Amino acid sequence: MKNIFSILKLTAVTLVLFAVIYPLSIYGVAQLAPNQGKGETLSVNEKVIGYQKIGQKFDKSNYFWGRPSAVDYNAAGSAGSNKGPSNAEYLALVQKRIDTLLLVHPYLKKADIPSDMVTASGSGLDPNVSPQGALIQVKRIAKERKLDEAKVKALVESKINTAVVGPESVNVLELNIALDGLK
Amino acid sequence: MNTELLGVIGIFILTIVLAIPFGKYIAKVFTGDKTLLDPIFNPLEKFIFKISGINPAEEMNWKQHLKALLSINMVWFFLCFFVLMFQGSLFLNPDNNPNMSPDLAFNTAISFLVNCDLQHYSGESGVSYLSQMVLMFLQFVSAGVGIAAAAMVFTAMREKTTEKLGNFYNYFVKSCTRILLPLSAIVAIVLVFSGTPMTFEGKDAITSLQGDQVEVSRGPAAAFIGIKHIGTNGGGFFGANSAHPLENPTYFTNAVELWAQLIVPFAMIFALGFFLNKRKFSYIVFGVMTIGFLLLVIPTISSELNGNPAIEKMGIAQTTGAMEGKEVRFGPAISGFWSIATTVISTGSVNSMHDSSMPISGAMQLLAMMVNAFYGGCGVGYLNFYIFIILAVFISGLMVGRTPEFLGKKIEAREVKIAAFIAILHPLLILSGTALASYLAANDTAMGYWFSGNATGWLNNPGNHGFSEMLYEYTSSAANNGSGFEGLGDNNPFWNISTGIVLLLARFIPIIGPLAIAGLLANKKYIPESAGTLKTDTSIFGIMIFAVIAIIAALSFFPALALGPLAEYFTL
Repeated sequence: MKNIFSILKLTAVTLVLFAVIYPLSIYGVAQLAPNQGKGETLSVNEKVIGYQKIGQKFDKSNYFWGRPSAVDYNAAGSAGSNKGPSNAEYLALVQKRIDTLLLVHPYLKKADIPSDMVTASGSGLDPNVSPQGALIQVKRIAKERKLDEAKVKALVESKINTAVVGPESVNVLELNIALDGLK
Repeated sequence: MNTELLGVIGIFILTIVLAIPFGKYIAKVFTGDKTLLDPIFNPLEKFIFKISGINPAEEMNWKQHLKALLSINMVWFFLCFFVLMFQGSLFLNPDNNPNMSPDLAFNTAISFLVNCDLQHYSGESGVSYLSQMVLMFLQFVSAGVGIAAAAMVFTAMREKTTEKLGNFYNYFVKSCTRILLPLSAIVAIVLVFSGTPMTFEGKDAITSLQGDQVEVSRGPAAAFIGIKHIGTNGGGFFGANSAHPLENPTYFTNAVELWAQLIVPFAMIFALGFFLNKRKFSYIVFGVMTIGFLLLVIPTISSELNGNPAIEKMGIAQTTGAMEGKEVRFGPAISGFWSIATTVISTGSVNSMHDSSMPISGAMQLLAMMVNAFYGGCGVGYLNFYIFIILAVFISGLMVGRTPEFLGKKIEAREVKIAAFIAILHPLLILSGTALASYLAANDTAMGYWFSGNATGWLNNPGNHGFSEMLYEYTSSAANNGSGFEGLGDNNPFWNISTGIVLLLARFIPIIGPLAIAGLLANKKYIPESAGTLKTDTSIFGIMIFAVIAIIAALSFFPALALGPLAEYFTL
């Protein structure tokens, strides 16, 4: 019986330590972090239009598009498609995505399309595409916005995140915000 | 692509290098030697023990350890179960998420209790912030229990002839405060400054650049993710786990989270060497585990980098590798590496969706959990390996005609029976669960209460891959891993209850077994080493252990792997 009370008391005191004091300490430290630990946001004309790390849906033809998403970029949830690599239904969907890309970008060859542009991300909220994924859209964007193609291409190249290790990427939301500012 | 591989190699080597001094520190925590952190933790622990009325110096035998371990786990189960059942009307629930159904609360409470974190809910909509905090508490203590159990086995291996194997509460509290807490805090702080939220505010509603209305889930995630990896728990704060851009924002945080899940399991192996003063033995153990690990990692990374052959046939460049279910900021190489790290180590956090991995990678992930002894989870990884050591000592003893001895203690029928039972339990749980689910799915049985609709409805993919989804779920449960082929429709009474039972058996029996063997051996007469002793710190013995593991895993699981991922590989 004494043991049971000891266990209950030990549970209570460790619960306070690990589920109250520990998270509150981290919360305290977070007040020093960007945007006080509420997630970094991006603003246009002082209006918050999104989170820097969370991808957004772009399907209008005057914006750069991101990757396909299993949750349609609604960050109230998150998920991948969980389709297996041999699933026939899934492969038909990939084929459809390829066809759409080719239809909208008639100048493209299939071999130019990188696989990230036709596959859904793990979170459904991937904020990035590969540099190639953005570059293949340059011609379309330039035409839609009546901009100089070289200028749009230079913009994309300036937005490529390179690192010492790891893959290169382009943040689609940041790119599109910069694109809106391009004259 | 080359820098991607460099990243993988760099993280792996750095973790090993750091694990050696950290292992020395862990050994000191168990022996009670002085460490630099004493001024902080001595008063804290004194306070904890005083309030609880526990004397940490009271020695226990193995049965008392076990009794303490099992009873405290029972208390935690009820605590968590009731919070989850009534979270909807309790405090800290800004998103107004509903109560869990009893079967889901049963599954979730067990799965966090047993350090598995199989999640049949999504963090954004399935739990309140209060529940997240209680689950986080379980992430600490379940890892602490694993380490404490290993500490008892370490003590039993060191002592000559004794019943006294230290105090469970002492090992448990010190593991939590001195090992898990400081490391988790470091990881959490790194994450906070890299963009992971740590707020108690609910969902944010915004109008996107294009003009769509969207919501963004947030929460006290950073603290949670720290212990999630340090404690090798792996339960995600958000549904997509570490693939979520807020849970794992950059390539750098990905490296930190990988390091965080590897460090304690690596360090535990070295701690054993320092604790027993048998450094060479721990290097042999680490070597065997590393070879096994690399044999799983290399085919995985290579098949992910090569991309999906079916999509390649459509004419799409596979320069970025297989990207379904993966994030651009990580790429296929480190995602492949992570998928094996998380399965050998029983973390079960994912930074890519395993359901969409290439077939060979899926086979390797499954195999990693089927073996379940390469590094392994906090503490329990070593306990699983200990079973294989006992079997290897016994078999090699028979082969060379010497009495099986391990560290000066005779291995006799009773110990071998326990070890054999534990070794058989793992495939038994996995294969009988899979057989039942496959039987139901093959007949497309109407499930009634157990599942809304017919049994094939829980599959997200047809054919061999569908079989792999069911196999993966039970393997992950039995290995207390927690990752999943997440396409499986698992939030229903059938899967919640059946995996819940597997989780319980697969956690506690493989703790009870090694504790019993170690306790029995510790009680035996010590035989000094002689010319007739089979040496256990040689590479020959290392090969022997590896052979035992390979034979047990291959014989039990090869047929199932052939029906699932291997068949898919050959048809792709």
